[in-house]
Amino acid sequence: MTTAAATAGERTAKAKPATMAQALGRALRDAMAQDPAVHVLGEDVGTLGGVFRITDGLAKEFGDDRCTDTPLAEAGILGAAVGMAMYGLRPVVEMQFDAFAYPAFEQLISHVAKMRNRTAGAMPLPITVRVPYGGGIGGVEHHSDSSEAYYMATPGLHVVTPATVEDAYGLLRASIASDDPVVFLEPKRLYWSKADWSPEAPVAVEPIGRAVVRRPGRSATLITYGPSLPVCMEAAEAAVEEGWDLEVVDLRSLVPFDDETVAASVRRTGRAVVVHESSGFGGPGGEIAARVTERCFHHLEAPVLRVAGFDIPYPPPMQEKHHLPGVDRVLDAVARLQWEAES
Amino acid sequence: MTVQELPGAAAYRPTPPPAWKPLTDPAPLLPDPEPYRVLGTDAVADADPELLLRLYAELVRGRRYNAQATALTKQGRLAVYPSSTGQEACEIAAALVLEERDWLFPSYRDTLAAVARGLDPVEALTLLRGDRHTGYDPREHRIAPLCTPLATQLPHAVGLAHAARLKGDDVVALAMVGDGGTSEGDFHEALNFAAVWRAPVVFLVQNNGFAISVPLAKQTAAPSLAHKAVGYGMPGRLVDGNDAAAVHQVLGEAVARARSGGGPTLVEAVTYRMDAHTNADDATRYRVDSEVEAWRAHDPIQILERELTGRGLLGDEGIEEARAAAERMAAALRERMNADPVLDPMDLFAHVYAEQTAQLREQAARLRVELDAEHGQDDMEEGR
Ligand SMILES: Cc1ncc(C[n+]2csc(CCOP(=O)(O)OP(=O)(O)O)c2C)c(N)n1
Repeated sequence: MTTAAATAGERTAKAKPATMAQALGRALRDAMAQDPAVHVLGEDVGTLGGVFRITDGLAKEFGDDRCTDTPLAEAGILGAAVGMAMYGLRPVVEMQFDAFAYPAFEQLISHVAKMRNRTAGAMPLPITVRVPYGGGIGGVEHHSDSSEAYYMATPGLHVVTPATVEDAYGLLRASIASDDPVVFLEPKRLYWSKADWSPEAPVAVEPIGRAVVRRPGRSATLITYGPSLPVCMEAAEAAVEEGWDLEVVDLRSLVPFDDETVAASVRRTGRAVVVHESSGFGGPGGEIAARVTERCFHHLEAPVLRVAGFDIPYPPPMQEKHHLPGVDRVLDAVARLQWEAES
Repeated sequence: MTVQELPGAAAYRPTPPPAWKPLTDPAPLLPDPEPYRVLGTDAVADADPELLLRLYAELVRGRRYNAQATALTKQGRLAVYPSSTGQEACEIAAALVLEERDWLFPSYRDTLAAVARGLDPVEALTLLRGDRHTGYDPREHRIAPLCTPLATQLPHAVGLAHAARLKGDDVVALAMVGDGGTSEGDFHEALNFAAVWRAPVVFLVQNNGFAISVPLAKQTAAPSLAHKAVGYGMPGRLVDGNDAAAVHQVLGEAVARARSGGGPTLVEAVTYRMDAHTNADDATRYRVDSEVEAWRAHDPIQILERELTGRGLLGDEGIEEARAAAERMAAALRERMNADPVLDPMDLFAHVYAEQTAQLREQAARLRVELDAEHGQDDMEEGR
């Protein structure tokens, strides 16, 4: 056994490009190795390693009982996970695609989210529900939904979504360790994004619920998360030419919501745009804009704007580029922040 | 038209699909055509007299509990009560067949099973009184929360039983559901999971004839609900749900089978709901008196009482004793239910997450201010 310091040293030496998918897989593996109560279950998670290969190798290493190919039934998977958690296990459920999690909504909303409350704290359910979500991968219908607003609207659930390789590892470890149920949204179009990250190096496992400033700036704040983070980072770079120095806040956790970090940023910059790819109407952006307005009204130089997907069913893959908010739409919104009161 | 007449058919030689073989032999899984009975048959000779007397006392108490809880709705002490009068044999057998380490997964109608398993009679009613969603700690009695959405507790039972087996514990889960609930997707998914995982689960369907107003014939086209088991690869058993000895025996065998690694069983108990769906329902709109009367002649308490008195195991004194014990339980229940529950509104925020979020802390503080202001107002009006 090496000391922590020595191990950390080795790890830095070994750092090489790793994908978000690898980081997620590593997080599952480390969690299972550390705690025998952690069980992975879902469709095709065993021999195949999941359709995105996130669970690759887990069944081999830990056996079919720890990483289980279930019958094809989402309510059954999540419902069984409820019973497993009631008996002291920590199930991690994989939903194959965002829109295929809908059959399990009844279990999620009526039981997973409520069991702690219903039993006055006697029976918490430490379940992690991993949901690959969002578009941009050319998926056909039912393979690109952004369902975060449904989950956010359900008290009792934590809703988190990483945008970086490090966060994919850290947040998933934190989610599995959480005594509350977590809906862990995986931005599937970032699965193959890379970072210099040694899979052996445990990045800081942050408590769920903290946003982070990814790029400091002075003239406006872009508030975003998950798949839209790279879009916002790119927009911020492009905006420099226009004389804008944009700050980018990555929420990482939608529930709980980090009002502090967001409000502090907007108070500094006086302007804000919320960017996400799920539909705008009834979407997360409305909630976020309202919270920012309530906290920062006197600091605001312009209304809080939203850049979101259209209010349409997720379009077919050959059309999705029109739906997904890209750099130009973000920059357009930034331009509109030069708000002049109507006379 | 025969195959030979088809153009080019002469060259066609049908072959069976490659490697076809059935996964399971269906024959031993099929339920008997008649519901299994013990009382009034030769099988009763093997029944343990002590068990029969215990079942009798519990049935009498259960019926009194149903009557008392229904009366409490009339006094406004309970928001609603789904009575299980007529179904006591199923309720009690389900509770008594389990060992202490086993788990019971009741539906919303199964208050009686929970109480017979040892749950405090008042705690079993807090959901229906409306002060708490679940008044008890499920782990204490190994009774899952009384479940309102239909059939959703069934996959929980499967998951729990599966987890117990993985841990090496010989724990069995018994899950209860109504005839209507068998149409829900969760029923199907739970049975399928249980059979594939060979989970130690027993599913007990109380077929009481109706789902609110909808009769069984509009719920299923299967020969019986027990037949549904065969398609999943588990045995289906049909039992007279008003025969406490028969239900106890059939469930007992299913539990023993599950415990010894034999996998799940689906038991359909054929019974009848004597009262309306709940106190709020008008059963005369969907069923006729003659049907109710026919079932009254097959009352679970009466048929057990006849058996016991006929064999000299129970006399007037014993009957009186059972009724007196039931009265004492009812009086105590009445008294405790007549006391107003003490509620703390701040509890609303206490058990949403392990750690309160900033949002909830803020909202709790706002409610605190409202409550303090209300109290100030009351104090002023009362001249304090
Ligand atoms: C998912 C769901 N749908 C509808 C209801 C409303 N509901 C409550 S009880 C009931 C009928 C249930 O019938 P059955 O399963 O036969 O049980 P029983 O009432 O006869 O005990 C219905 C439709 C519900 N509780 N849950």
